[in-house]
Amino acid sequence: MTTTMTMAKALNAGLRAAMEADPKVLMMGEDVGKLGGVFRITDGLQKDFGEDRVIDTPLAESAILGTAVGLAMRGYRPVCEIQFDGFVYPAYDQIVSQVAKIHFRSRGRMPMPIVIRIPFGGGIGAVEHHSESPEAQFAHTAGLKVVACSHPTDAYWMIQQAIAADDPVVFLEPKRQYHGEKAEVDTEATPPPLFTSRTVREGSDLTLLAYGPTVRLCRDAALAASEEGRSLEVIDLRTLSPLDLEPVFASVRRTGHAVVVHEAARSLGMGSEIAARIQQECFYALEAPVLRVAGFDTPYPPSRIEEEYLPDLDRVLDAVDRSLAY
Amino acid sequence: MSTLPNETLVEMQRRMLRIRRFDERASKMVKRGQIPGTVHTSIGQEAQVVGATMALGDDDYMSGNHRSHGHPIGKGSPLGPLMAELVGKATGVCGGKGGSLHLADFNVGSLGESGIVGSSIPIATGAALSSKVLDNGRVALAFFGDGAANQGCLYESMNMAGVWDLPVIYLCENNQYALSTPAHTVTSGVIAERAAGFGMPGVRVEDGQDVLKVYEAVSAAVENARSGGGPTLVEVITYRYNEHSEGLRLGTDYRDALERESWVGRDPILSFRKHLVDSGVATEDEMDQLEIDVLAEVEEAFEFSQESPFPEPEVAFLDLYTDNPIGAHA
Repeated sequence: MTTTMTMAKALNAGLRAAMEADPKVLMMGEDVGKLGGVFRITDGLQKDFGEDRVIDTPLAESAILGTAVGLAMRGYRPVCEIQFDGFVYPAYDQIVSQVAKIHFRSRGRMPMPIVIRIPFGGGIGAVEHHSESPEAQFAHTAGLKVVACSHPTDAYWMIQQAIAADDPVVFLEPKRQYHGEKAEVDTEATPPPLFTSRTVREGSDLTLLAYGPTVRLCRDAALAASEEGRSLEVIDLRTLSPLDLEPVFASVRRTGHAVVVHEAARSLGMGSEIAARIQQECFYALEAPVLRVAGFDTPYPPSRIEEEYLPDLDRVLDAVDRSLAY
Repeated sequence: MSTLPNETLVEMQRRMLRIRRFDERASKMVKRGQIPGTVHTSIGQEAQVVGATMALGDDDYMSGNHRSHGHPIGKGSPLGPLMAELVGKATGVCGGKGGSLHLADFNVGSLGESGIVGSSIPIATGAALSSKVLDNGRVALAFFGDGAANQGCLYESMNMAGVWDLPVIYLCENNQYALSTPAHTVTSGVIAERAAGFGMPGVRVEDGQDVLKVYEAVSAAVENARSGGGPTLVEVITYRYNEHSEGLRLGTDYRDALERESWVGRDPILSFRKHLVDSGVATEDEMDQLEIDVLAEVEEAFEFSQESPFPEPEVAFLDLYTDNPIGAHA
């Protein structure tokens, strides 16, 4: 069955499907129940599944994650919503010190099937602490898996797959796309496995690598470049830990050029790891250094100038030009 | 309270009015796109803010939160640089880099604000520790809401303050909702009573819409702290009239319309005006003039914010480090 959905609706439908499929799935977070979340992602779920399964928690991120660990130990699959990216740090200790390590520490006896949903990224004109991209900090932490959706169809399937996964998954949702582009979501299709990247546009001159909010940007860049006779391949990484780079290596071996695009600050961002792996695996195929288009190495700026901070079409196309002219 | 000079009483009303009109203007500016993002207004909570800030001395410290327009105004900040900060201008108190969540006027003892709920509580505690070590008699006050009352760092801080006898006041601005979540559904027991566990006094001001009641309670806590008596937790019951933040469209009523109406019916500014007139502190004409003066101040602040230049985008790279070694970004 095909339904037209925004990303917000797709996530809501995906969460609903996961709750229907498994009574051990719980939602918890600030304002997620009666209100349905500030972005309305859990809208209607408490009404339909009850207060024991969709839990309005106190404003206490560390305790939200810690109690999720206890629930997971007793067989539940908690889905914790962090209201905004910048609010995750009070929970950082629980995530890094407990969630990520318990399966390992218990020698595999104690799985941690927790999903940590984080609306991330900028572009909505928000105040400080509301536009951050913390993915590298989690991807750097062994024991966590990290994924980012970029499209309503992926959002619908990936959230269900993340909940069904037995490992903890940091699930990043590009908040500026929640109520943006709609898509026809086939709720009976067979989705690709969760921890796989996907080519969203084929091309032969250069490989653009993106995830979350920058996938749309790179699709637009590829379209613009095609008018100049350049053929850009766009790969949506989808999974940041583990990385699924075989399709990336295959692409770069064909194109010889790669540009990674993310909103997070450039230094030690995802682009750094991806560039390192590409040069290791595709060294003789590369015709130019792997370039990165990213946020600047500063705190996220006041929203009035966020458009200058965020990667945009010009910066992506400029990097494409520089790579191809190398 | 009858011992308070008339000019102090009128000043309380002036500062409450400044907060109200400033935030009404800010709300309008958000809706007109003159302020990027959003703001969290203190409308409805003016008595709680002014009662607390005016109980502090000029040299005392305070730390704020996400709803902190009122705090610097209550402590006497001029409005122009605050309004300019909301708009993101170079003349703002943080040079336009802070915005609504960082209306931090360090000139009036502000230690800054933060949108991370609860995070400025330990900072005020640290300032109080410095006061104790330096023995300089300066008191620190941390403003936080009922939502933050459930964050662990409050209790980490209260324990330190208790065991070290720090001159700090933990002021819980209980407006009864953490965004949409009613405090009573997520708060075990009474917030003020939690003080007992740390061996410090806990005071609950049930009528936080009465500026004198708040002033009295906080003044006693300040006096106690200044004289070496250690920390106090003060919980003030109040109410915000507006949405959690301006322009936030939640599309659902988590608050009862009658509830809001009943709080608006005991408006702190209108009641205090009546009190001032009835008790002979001021005449109706004087109160009318005060309204006119404050409106003019806010209008002037608005003009200042509009005439001021925006910072150059390059400023985004400044001040990250003391030596600003941010290199070229190829």
